[in-house]
Amino acid sequence: MKELIDSPVFGIILSIIGYELGLLIYRKTKLPIFNPLFIAICFVGAFLLKFDISLDSYSKGGNLISIFLGPATVILAVPLYKQLNKLKANLVPILAGVFVGSITSIIGVSMLVKMFGISRQLGLSLIPKSITTPIGIELSKQLGGIPSVTVAAIILTGIMGSILAPVICRIFRITDKVAVGIAIGTSSHAVGTTKAVEIGEVEGAMSGLAIGVAGLLTVFVAPILVRWLG
Amino acid sequence: MKLLRQLLIILAICFLGEILHRFLRIPVPGNVIGMLLLFGCLCTGILKLDTISEITSFLMDHLAFFFIPAGVGLLAYMTILKENWAAIIGISLVTTVLVMVVTGYTVQLSKRGALRKEAVNERTDR
Repeated sequence: MKELIDSPVFGIILSIIGYELGLLIYRKTKLPIFNPLFIAICFVGAFLLKFDISLDSYSKGGNLISIFLGPATVILAVPLYKQLNKLKANLVPILAGVFVGSITSIIGVSMLVKMFGISRQLGLSLIPKSITTPIGIELSKQLGGIPSVTVAAIILTGIMGSILAPVICRIFRITDKVAVGIAIGTSSHAVGTTKAVEIGEVEGAMSGLAIGVAGLLTVFVAPILVRWLG
Repeated sequence: MKLLRQLLIILAICFLGEILHRFLRIPVPGNVIGMLLLFGCLCTGILKLDTISEITSFLMDHLAFFFIPAGVGLLAYMTILKENWAAIIGISLVTTVLVMVVTGYTVQLSKRGALRKEAVNERTDR
C-alpha cells in the first residue's frame, strides 16, 4: 500500500479530483466563498489527514504539478499583451492607480504585521497577498516567506475582494468604470476579477489588466520597500 | 506534437529567465523575467500569439490547478496558522479594503486631472 501512495500518480490523481470537485461546487453555487482552488486544497488536505498520508508522499506527485508554476507565470504575458491597447488608452491613471495601490498594500501589511506582533517570516509571507498566485509564490520565496502561507493569504484576499468590491465601491463612491476595474484587480487579482467581469465589460477588462501590472510592479518594489521598512 | 513544441518555447523562455536571474544577478524572480521576455517577444513580433495558442489555453484554462500543491503544503504549518489565524484574517481584510479604496481614488483623481489638463490645452489652443 505504501508503495502505491508513494507513486507520483497518487498525488496527481488526488489533485485533479480535488480540482474537478472545486470547479463543480463553484459552478453550482457561484459563491465566491466556494473558490475552486480553496475547495481543492481543503479536499486534498482533509484526505491526507483522514487517511494519515504524509505530505511527503503527496508531494511526489505534487512537485510534478508545481513544475508548471514557471510556465504559468511566463504565460501571464499573453493576457497582458492582449490588453495592451486598453492600457495605452488610459496609461497614466492606470499606472498611477496600480503603483499607489501596490505600495499601499506592501506598507499596509508591513505596519499591521508589526502592530499584531507577528513573526517576521509570517509577515513576509503576507506581503504578496494582493498579487496573482504564481508571481506571489515567487516573491514570497525571494523575500524569505513561506510560499504555502502566501497561497492561503492570496486566496483569502481574493475571496474577500470579490465579496466586498460592490459594497466598497458604492460606499466610497468609486464610480468611474476604469477606476472600479483597476481597484478590484490591484487589490484582489484574478479571483476579484471574476466579480469585476460580472459588474461590467470595461470593469472586467481593466481588472484583468491590473493583475499583470500589479504583479510586476510589486515584484520590483516589494524587496526595496521591505528592506527600507526594516 | 504542436503542444510539445509550444511547451518547449515557453520552457526555453523560463530557463532563459532563470539564467538571467542567476548570472546577471537581477533581483527579480527568473519566472517573472521570463514573463517580461515573452511580453517583449510578443510586442516585437518575434513570437505571434498563434505560435503559442495551444500551450496558452492549456496553462490559462487550468491556472488554479497548478497552485494546489503549494496550498496543500500549508499542512506543514498548521501550528503557525492556529496561533495567528485571527491576525491573518484581520490584516487581509483591512489591507484589501484599503488597497481597493486607495487605488480607485488614485485612478479617479488622475483621470480628472488629465481631463482638466486637456481642457486647459484646448482653451490655450483657441
